[in-house]
Amino acid sequence: MSRVHELPGGACFSLRLAAGQTLRMTSSSPDTNVTMQVFAADRLDRLNVPDTMKAQMSGCITAPMVLMSDRGCALLSVVESTLPAHDCLGGMSHDRHVDAFGLTSYARDRNGWRRSSYALLTLELAKHGLGEADLHAPVNWFSHVPVEEGSARLGAVRQGSAGERVTLRADLDVLVVLSTAIHPLADGPATGGVTLEVGVHDGPDPSAPWREESARSLEMSAWARAAVPA
Amino acid sequence: MTIALQPSLDLVVGAGDGALVRIPAGRTLRIVDLHGNQAVDTLFYDAEDIGHRYSAFDTIREQRSVYLTTGSRLLSNRLEELAVITDDTCGRHDTIGGACSQESNVVRYGWHTRHQHACRQAFLKYGAAAGIGQRELGPNINFFMNVPVDSHGGLHFDDGLSGPGKHVDVTATRDLLALVSNCPQLNNPCNGWDPTSVRLRGDW
Repeated sequence: MSRVHELPGGACFSLRLAAGQTLRMTSSSPDTNVTMQVFAADRLDRLNVPDTMKAQMSGCITAPMVLMSDRGCALLSVVESTLPAHDCLGGMSHDRHVDAFGLTSYARDRNGWRRSSYALLTLELAKHGLGEADLHAPVNWFSHVPVEEGSARLGAVRQGSAGERVTLRADLDVLVVLSTAIHPLADGPATGGVTLEVGVHDGPDPSAPWREESARSLEMSAWARAAVPA
Repeated sequence: MTIALQPSLDLVVGAGDGALVRIPAGRTLRIVDLHGNQAVDTLFYDAEDIGHRYSAFDTIREQRSVYLTTGSRLLSNRLEELAVITDDTCGRHDTIGGACSQESNVVRYGWHTRHQHACRQAFLKYGAAAGIGQRELGPNINFFMNVPVDSHGGLHFDDGLSGPGKHVDVTATRDLLALVSNCPQLNNPCNGWDPTSVRLRGDW
């Protein structure tokens, strides 16, 4: 059985994945940006972007990297991506970034009002008993911020086209929280949606044989799974 | 929990040890790399509200620069300025490489490193007095650490650019807590393979 959800632009959603399940995300627009937070089942262990980058020697997220937690566990593996790189340096949009393109409100704009990832994610986290302290450095899927040669300066954000696809496999039971608000470096207020499909991973694992570090992080997840009675 | 201001601050932090110090608004904390090539993992919190804390990726994005140096504004998770780097004889500092932990050591170097001392241990130990725990630990600054990022998206941990006696000055915009771990990492060149002591000096 598969679950499918059409998440519109400028919105927020959360879903749980069991270990072994996949989340396929397909962008519906060139403006799609998906800012993601990931928690392990205890809601305390969570995505750690610096550890993910340094263990796999990369300043962006590519297939077949694993997304690692504070406790070294692989939370999600990138089993497939039509884009070569996704941003993990840019952080999330704040009200200031969204308001720079003009103020909106529910009273005037109804559900076309524009909100930031910070605002949307904080609300969605509250539904799970989490709050501002649980916000962490995100991955921005379908967006990429290049680092300029020599200067280590961040370039302008680049986004994909409609129909780009990323497939993630849960390596532990996880809570995934996603916002489709603008990337903080976006040059306009337009947002795009994403189709979310939950399935089961049944192909070969591209992450374990990729790097020793990726394999050991998957091993840490196996230890964490074993610690939870079935 | 309130952490009291020490009337004056001049503290040598040994290799692998840590500290939690209060910096009054407008005052400057100087961190001195006494022996050279020593990473000093540091987090800043609003002294009145630990939910208001340093945010590495907001800091680099708003300034479009991966490295920190003189003039860098250290921003919070609410995009407010917590502090400014007002002097830097090292040249640049990392804020995307994170802090070592026992678990990330396993991932990077193997199970034999699981019980080696790590920065996250020092953060948890010294943070506890202010109520700073696992949830409050985010990406930190690594003063004196050199992590070049190339245009192909690669990340490298290189020998430090620092040397004996180099320092960095951090001037607080508001009352701050600085949570410091003097990095005990032995498995890469971030401490020149030999962790050494650093000095924390306040100008008050």
